[in-house]
Amino acid sequence: MAATGEALTPQGYIQHHLTNLSVGEGFWTWHIDSLFFSVGLGVLFLWLFHSVGKKATTGVPGKLQCFVEMIVEFVDSSVKETFHGRNPVIAPLALTIFVWVFMMNFMDMVPVDWIPELAMAAGIPYMKVVPTTDLNITFSMAIGVFLLIIYYSIKVKGVSGFVKELTMQPFNHWAMIPVNFLLETVTLIAKPISLALRLFGNLYAGELIFILIALMYGANWALSTLGVTLQLGWLIFHILVITLQAFIFMMLTIVYLSMAHEDH
Amino acid sequence: MNINATLLGQTVAFIIFVWFCMKFVWPPLMNAIEERQKRIADGLADADRAVKDLELAQAKATDQLKDAKATANEIIESANKRKAQIVDEAKAEADAERAKIIAQGQAEIEAERNRVKEDLRKQVAVLAIAGAEKILERSIDEAAHSDIVNKLVAEL
Repeated sequence: MAATGEALTPQGYIQHHLTNLSVGEGFWTWHIDSLFFSVGLGVLFLWLFHSVGKKATTGVPGKLQCFVEMIVEFVDSSVKETFHGRNPVIAPLALTIFVWVFMMNFMDMVPVDWIPELAMAAGIPYMKVVPTTDLNITFSMAIGVFLLIIYYSIKVKGVSGFVKELTMQPFNHWAMIPVNFLLETVTLIAKPISLALRLFGNLYAGELIFILIALMYGANWALSTLGVTLQLGWLIFHILVITLQAFIFMMLTIVYLSMAHEDH
Repeated sequence: MNINATLLGQTVAFIIFVWFCMKFVWPPLMNAIEERQKRIADGLADADRAVKDLELAQAKATDQLKDAKATANEIIESANKRKAQIVDEAKAEADAERAKIIAQGQAEIEAERNRVKEDLRKQVAVLAIAGAEKILERSIDEAAHSDIVNKLVAEL
């Protein structure tokens, strides 16, 4: 249990776990912990894959290389199944999203109190270790994907094609342009929002349940035992959730980008 | 959990990571994978070809074995023929040699017999003369009958 110094209430415990370590005021607030863990995990991922890629042999691969190549081939086949064009960005983008989101989600597997307690011992008051439970993190990736959608829509279809797509569908008549525009804009905007909120919601809920289960510890031995069992059960289930969420984010990115490449 | 500047920082990080992945992570890994796939495909093709080659070689070896057996049979046959021929020749030669040796022996025996006969005749003559002398010493005058004795000696 977190020793916050103040009186330890369940509300205080949960509140403490869900507060970011931040500097700055208003909009210019920076969530140091989210940025630290996400960038750190991203660098870890890129360093690992880059070092394997540099030493990659075409002969008999080592175990690490096999593992990395397995992931790369998995992503590559997913991209090739969905996206039938030539684009040098989509496959590396999908790989980055898949592995990075998975690693950020994986921070959820670390027992909820470990890193905040360590941080507390080091004098850092707040520490939220799962970056994907921060809306900013999920939204920024979704916005990155959104910008790519717009970029490729315009690149493939031209500005007029893109505008036509927004205004002449689904009702191909000049009088319906405002309705079409409204519908298509909502569809377009819904893409990044659904991407970001889906990942955020799943991970935030998962983290919250971990915290709630962790509240059962220390009450009495029966509740503690139940808590351990529940924690274990949720953890095992959560392995599926974090992998699935990473996969969904990657898959939807590929699907959205391949839709952006399609000419109607 | 409100939207703030973290969004900007993370977006920048995201763009940099994707760019890095595109430039330095994806190409070498994909190259290695594709290169290996090519090598495996080549290896499989080679294996197929090797199997075909092996089959051909086996067929060729069987043919050659058959040829070799036929040749060996031929050689053995001709050798047998030659052997019989040689044996026959040797037999004929030996016969001739034997006949020659027998003839020579007989000739030698004949010569020896003739020589012994001559010797015996001479000795018989001497004995006869000696016997005649003994008989004649008593009754005959040596001088009167010397012509007869001489005649005898001349006859012998």
